[in-house]
Amino acid sequence: MKISSPADLARAAEKENTRPRPPLRILVSMGTCGIAAGTAEVLKELYRQIKSRNLENAVEISEVGCMGLCYAEPVMMLLDEQNGKRFIYGNVNSSQVSAILDAGINGPAVGTTTIERNWYYPENETPADGELQARIVLRNTGRINPESLEQYIASGGYSALAKALTTMKSQEVIDLITAAGLRGRGGGGFPTGRKWQFAADQKNPEKFIICNADEGDPGAFMDRAVLEGDPHSVLEAMAIGGYAIGAHQGVIYIRAEYPLAVKRLENAIRQSRECGLLGKNIFGSGFDFDIEIKFGAGAFVCGEETALIHSIEGKRGEPTVKPPFPAVQGLWGKPTVVNNVETFACIAAIVRKGSDWFRSIGTAGSPGTKVFALAGKVAKVGLVEVPMGMTLRDIIFIIGNGIKNNRKFKAVQTGGPSGGCITAKNLDLPIDYESLKSIGSMMGSGGMIVMDEDDCMVNIAKFFLEFTLDESCGKCTPCRVGNRRMYEMLEKITSGTGTMETIEKLKILSHTIKDTALCGLGQTSPNPVLSTMANFEDEYIAHVTENRCPAGVCAKLIRYTISDRCVGCSLCSRGCPVNAISGERKQKHVIDPDKCIKCGVCFNVCKFHAVEKN
Amino acid sequence: MQVNLTINGRPVSVEAGSTILEAAEKLDIRIPTLCHFKMDCFNVEHRNGSCRICVVEVKGRPNLAPACSTPVTEGMEVKTNSLRAINARRTILDLLLSDHPKDCLTCAKNLNCQLQALAQEMGLHHVLFKGEQSTYPKDHSSKAIARDLDKCIMCRRCETACNVIQTVGVLSAVNRGFEAVVAPANLKPLAETECVFCGQCVQACPVGALTEMDYKYPVWRALNDNTKTVVVQTAPAVRVAIGEAFGLPPGSISTGKMVAALKLMGFDKVFDTDFAADLTIMEETTEIVERITRNENLPILTSCCPGWVKFLEHQFPELTYMPSSAKSPQQMFGAIAKSYYAQKIGVAPENMVVVSVMPCLSKKYEASREEFSNNGVPDVDIVISTRELADMIKEAGIMFDELEEAQYDSPLGDSTGAAVIFGVTGGVLEAALRTAADWISGSDLQKIDFTAVRGLDGIKEATVKVGDLELRAAVCSGLGNARKLLEKIKQGEVNYHAIEIMACPGGCINGGGQPYHHGNSDILRKRMEALYRADKDLPIRKSHQNPAIKQLYAEFLGEPGSHVAHTLLHTTYVKRGK
Repeated sequence: MKISSPADLARAAEKENTRPRPPLRILVSMGTCGIAAGTAEVLKELYRQIKSRNLENAVEISEVGCMGLCYAEPVMMLLDEQNGKRFIYGNVNSSQVSAILDAGINGPAVGTTTIERNWYYPENETPADGELQARIVLRNTGRINPESLEQYIASGGYSALAKALTTMKSQEVIDLITAAGLRGRGGGGFPTGRKWQFAADQKNPEKFIICNADEGDPGAFMDRAVLEGDPHSVLEAMAIGGYAIGAHQGVIYIRAEYPLAVKRLENAIRQSRECGLLGKNIFGSGFDFDIEIKFGAGAFVCGEETALIHSIEGKRGEPTVKPPFPAVQGLWGKPTVVNNVETFACIAAIVRKGSDWFRSIGTAGSPGTKVFALAGKVAKVGLVEVPMGMTLRDIIFIIGNGIKNNRKFKAVQTGGPSGGCITAKNLDLPIDYESLKSIGSMMGSGGMIVMDEDDCMVNIAKFFLEFTLDESCGKCTPCRVGNRRMYEMLEKITSGTGTMETIEKLKILSHTIKDTALCGLGQTSPNPVLSTMANFEDEYIAHVTENRCPAGVCAKLIRYTISDRCVGCSLCSRGCPVNAISGERKQKHVIDPDKCIKCGVCFNVCKFHAVEKN
Repeated sequence: MQVNLTINGRPVSVEAGSTILEAAEKLDIRIPTLCHFKMDCFNVEHRNGSCRICVVEVKGRPNLAPACSTPVTEGMEVKTNSLRAINARRTILDLLLSDHPKDCLTCAKNLNCQLQALAQEMGLHHVLFKGEQSTYPKDHSSKAIARDLDKCIMCRRCETACNVIQTVGVLSAVNRGFEAVVAPANLKPLAETECVFCGQCVQACPVGALTEMDYKYPVWRALNDNTKTVVVQTAPAVRVAIGEAFGLPPGSISTGKMVAALKLMGFDKVFDTDFAADLTIMEETTEIVERITRNENLPILTSCCPGWVKFLEHQFPELTYMPSSAKSPQQMFGAIAKSYYAQKIGVAPENMVVVSVMPCLSKKYEASREEFSNNGVPDVDIVISTRELADMIKEAGIMFDELEEAQYDSPLGDSTGAAVIFGVTGGVLEAALRTAADWISGSDLQKIDFTAVRGLDGIKEATVKVGDLELRAAVCSGLGNARKLLEKIKQGEVNYHAIEIMACPGGCINGGGQPYHHGNSDILRKRMEALYRADKDLPIRKSHQNPAIKQLYAEFLGEPGSHVAHTLLHTTYVKRGK
């Protein structure tokens, strides 16, 4: 298939859309998450059954990317496009495949779990009435086979590139993106149009456009989902960006730990080159553009654009002082635009539908949608895409179905290790870049980790700081030494050797690091500490003044005792790995606090709730 | 274009592209710096912006700005002395000190340490944020440079010296986060790397992480050993720098005082590397003339500088045929002292100790090269740096600036003006030209100042009419410049007869063993001027006219390039590769 004009593209879409196909389609979620949950086994069984039942001509199987329903993987969807009926099955195992096929479109099959589609699985780029979610970034993810260029084209793929190259001037593309108000989804929220304009204004004949696919926030996986589920959308957007700024070479900087995403990107690049959608004279417009892939070695700091560029150049992955900004002096010293995966994934939709449409979604200051990776103690862990301006309450309590095990919501961390925790009092705040910043957190790449009453906030702060500590490049003093000292102080607090002075010093140091660190990683690293301190200072104080961890998490501060409820069954003493529990049979047992290692075995085995943790 | 801004409320106008630090300097406002390192004379600036000591407040900017690397903008309002800036700076310094050993009293950098000076200047008298300190094995693997990474503050100045200026590429940041440190790849000991021991990293290091390997004690031991005859040689560049260690102004020529001090310390004879420099000119110029006459293996490269020689052996092993086979002056001195002079005074070579005082750390390594010993007896036994000699003079209780000037001993202390300029870039070539011109023209030329090859530029070119020959020469200092030139030679883009190369930018005046200049270009310029003054002041300014050299050839060596000369004064090179 050679596509050298918009007409060729339309023909290709038509061909795919009108080709004869079996009435029933089965979509199987084959993202990394699905595969990890066992989708591959289910898929194998599905193929086996279809073969043995001679259903090859009656059923078409689509291996698709992540459907966003992490909590329900493996996920499988049966779809009859003629009458619009469908069933989404969650937590499928191989033994259920037979029943699902038996029921077919007259399901649901007995003994399976189905998922209500309208509630959790939106279809539209514009949110429909009554639907909380929309699908701009994830428009194809979980819907089409990511290894099929035909399916991408059939769903409108590359029509934005065709439109840009054949009907728009470069400046018009930039103006469009600027008018749409698209902001960088990697975390900073910098206006994408302005970034492109800076680079476009540079006179240098050689420029680069880079896709930052070095996703690294703990608990964030939206970029992976897009790359695994809809790789062409990124390629198309990079070509549009290249055209806008005058770059003929794109680079995707992707972490090597995303092998499936790499494989699908490589496949997509190969397909696009074969069709002429990458390469020379795309759509006969005279514009040349190609893309290469560069691997990151898993350094979080390489998500920072100057560090990323150094890494591509084969240098140590560490940031340098800006200015000069990459738009002026980037890769190999040439003007360079770095955008992240999610930002690119919005571009084609904006080009197709216009800036007014994009602005109609989200808030005035932050138009469009945002993908969040909903994780932690939320009941339905998953990938959600919502219009900007939605409240955390809607995301966590409606889309996420509340907190697991009926525990109480305590806080939610947005922005990963650079963000802060948000408490119940801000659950009704419409979230966008500015509002999150105003309450001491940030958008970040969209990780959203929910915490419940069993989480110790000091320990959470320590967890995030430990991440930063591991990921600091070590270049500037505040981050290299300062974060180490912060961590040591948190360790003191969580182990009961801290004092009020420790808390005071922690505050001072947090502010200095924010004020003086070289790059975004360092400047935001104290956020988890500052925000937990602002919202849960009482927990910090309890740790140092009462030697008590209110959530009962910090092992060194927990004391296990046995109450009068003890019947002397000796289950605890037999389970204790260090023989710290003594007592005659049928007599109340006692824990020797000097021997106790606080492993919690006694607490868990006691059937009489006689072991108490405090 | 000029940019207007205010600093602490005072208006200032500076060139666009200037930094806040540069604008502040214009107002005589001092902003403390640590990782920043600048050498105007070589157009070198290490603007890492990483220590964050220089942070200042800029109106409208959410966080503090590093003054060293933030360009000024029109209407900018900077505050260097706000409480916020002061507190941040103090905290940063506190953090640096919290991860730094507090053994200042016994540190080799005591009183020369910029971190120590900063703590003093900022009045930081205790460390608030105490915690774990990073530790690494000490590296004493080489003869030249000692590394104590516990003291490394990650300013990365050494990295710029090693990679950008010298393009040796041994030192770089390794590890991440708190464990990050500057070291050779895989934390290899320096001796196992391509390090050429130029010591530019040591000059750049603001703290005691990089220092010379210290051989003061072996010298004291030799001086107190009655069975040994201990002779000392002093390199040309030492005499114009050592005074700085005693508070004399940069550029003071302290030759006489230094000789007096060495005599007081108990050296049996105080000789001069300059004598051997004259000898080098005799041998090297003979070779130059020969190779030019035969039009063979051109260009000829100088071989006085051991850092440069090792660089060539590692980086350009295919060009090891190019340098003159003449040993360096230090090694020629050792060879002559332990043969000609030892015979003359009836001392067995093994009972003679030759001590060198060098501006250089690579000389410590050079003396240990196996080519430079005879039956297991090294030609040069101990090499100390200018700094170590200054320390020893202080230790001996000698009041340096009060000393009556003394004279070098004869014959190995007799030298010419041609020899003393070996200490600065261009000097060796100028000395060779003086002799070559006389030899080729068969006369005693009076115009002997070859100013085209003078100055601190990294690469200098000159075409000199010598008799009928248009001699095309180049002078190069700093190994990065040497690399550029050698690449051009390899590509056939340039065509010279002779090239002088010195590893250190500016030559030996900027050697790794010299008193620390902390990036002050003026100090280097003054040292350079002092050497040319010393040349002018000497009665004889051509090596071949040195009577002691003539005598040496008459009594011992025969002709330059003779068999004896070759055995004692020439060497070979090793193709080391990477």
